[in-house]
Amino acid sequence: MIKQAREFGFETRALHAGAPPDPATGSRAVPIYQTAAYVFGSTEQAAELFALRSYGHIYSRISNPTVAAFEERMASLEGGLGAVAFSSGLATQLCMVLSVAQAGDHIVCTQNVYGGTVTQLSVTVKRMGIATTFVPVEDLDGVRAAVRPETKLVFVETIGNPSGALADIRAFAELAHDVGLPLVVDNTFATPYLCRPIEHGADIVVHSATKFINGHGTTIGGVLVESGKFPWDNGRFPLLSQPSPGYHQKVFTETFGEYAFLMRARAEVLRDVGAQMAPLDAWLLLQGLETLALRMDRHVRNAREIAAFLQTRPEVAWVREPKLGSIFTFGLRGGRDAGRRFIDALELWSHLANVGDSKSLVIHPASTTHSQLSDDELRKAGVEPESVRLSVGLEDAGDLIWDLQNALEKAGA
Amino acid sequence: MILTTRWQLRDLLERVHAIAMVGASANPLRPSYTVFSYLRRQPGYEVTPINPTLGAIDGIKAFPSLTAYAAQFGPPDVVDVFRKPSELVAVVNEAIAVKARAIWFQYGVINPEAIARADAAEMDVVVDRCMKVEHARFRGGLATSGMNTGLITSRWRSP
Repeated sequence: MIKQAREFGFETRALHAGAPPDPATGSRAVPIYQTAAYVFGSTEQAAELFALRSYGHIYSRISNPTVAAFEERMASLEGGLGAVAFSSGLATQLCMVLSVAQAGDHIVCTQNVYGGTVTQLSVTVKRMGIATTFVPVEDLDGVRAAVRPETKLVFVETIGNPSGALADIRAFAELAHDVGLPLVVDNTFATPYLCRPIEHGADIVVHSATKFINGHGTTIGGVLVESGKFPWDNGRFPLLSQPSPGYHQKVFTETFGEYAFLMRARAEVLRDVGAQMAPLDAWLLLQGLETLALRMDRHVRNAREIAAFLQTRPEVAWVREPKLGSIFTFGLRGGRDAGRRFIDALELWSHLANVGDSKSLVIHPASTTHSQLSDDELRKAGVEPESVRLSVGLEDAGDLIWDLQNALEKAGA
Repeated sequence: MILTTRWQLRDLLERVHAIAMVGASANPLRPSYTVFSYLRRQPGYEVTPINPTLGAIDGIKAFPSLTAYAAQFGPPDVVDVFRKPSELVAVVNEAIAVKARAIWFQYGVINPEAIARADAAEMDVVVDRCMKVEHARFRGGLATSGMNTGLITSRWRSP
């Protein structure tokens, strides 16, 4: 038997957590279990599995060994009790919300979070009867004031997108816990290598795994990690602490203790929404996690060099240097038109709508995602017409700077 | 001794055989039934319900008390407890009287006096943990649902 009593470090867990040699074959790499369903040993075992009294796989919409390896590795790296993976970051957020909230409930979310999150909460989730109040990330009093009796969670991003503002996670956690609510943190831009929100008091961490976790721009995926420390039986969460018609009248907090949230998120919400992660995608994400620490160090180093270079250029009006991570924005003196010319003159940077790839990425919101808005409307939406967002990759920094310099010269002031 | 690390729990789970489950229920909705149903299927464990209101659970004879259990089987290796905190001192007193070697208090089954008494009697004590979950941590079950087992190894162990 294992005789260790050692708590292993981050890089070790990024390679090994969730992935002992395959029990069936000894395979050192995590096998891709490309199967829809799993044979029951007996009718008795099947009944025990369906009643959640024993452990095992039934159907890959609910769990799969390859996906489970990815989930456990993420839980280990974030310092959580467990994880549930989903088909995308937005599917993760939706299922996280549905695990604690229902029609009539309410969410408090910080402003200037990822646009996809704002739309999801303010349109789709709102149509489901769950309202959201958006409050500036600096305004903790405003966050407290926005909490209502029917509020179920407080949501922040570690690093705001694209503003780069850092959330005071500990202050948010204390505030949320004061009023009996969990703090949910989107840790996509930081990754658990640069920040582990659970260590600062957060209760749930969500990720778009598409970004740095995958690291190679090949896979759409998402994952939530829960600490297991939040008191879901505090009276505010009937979905977890009252008998569930979705699962044989089980009371999740009573039957599963600290695992209540994770069990409900999987056994009811993932089961019913069907936004599961594919085994091949989990495998690609596991590959990405193996080098997360190495990649993040290089991402950060390159981003600092490039931000420093941009500060020296006459064509550049301002640079919002990254406080953490490698995604940041800068402004061109020439406004929206200079932004267009700059993007069109780049050779090495990829012009696309994603971040966190090993390749360097660039986007000019005013001519792409927000091109239908006037300059005034853009500013109201918190996006300057001259603003360019960079996601600095792992190429030779000199090559990246060479390309930026050429494009700045062509774009002019 | 109060056992807290996962390695201490693993060692306890490996050395016990006879489990007396105080407060085991026949109601499938109750956690105490879930844990009973899981543990009694595990190789190496003999699980006996201790419940004065039941004759048997799933065909396994229940005993009205630890004393009655011990009169037939001798001291249990571990007493797994699902009772209200107010009843725990009495449970511990009886566990000490029948020379039980360990006592395991399930989720929320917490009474500081009972814990201190068991500890003072040199029993191994586990508090606010689930025996089913901790067993599954080391036998692969927990990992099937994406839980953080904390286990890291490159040694091959076929099941």
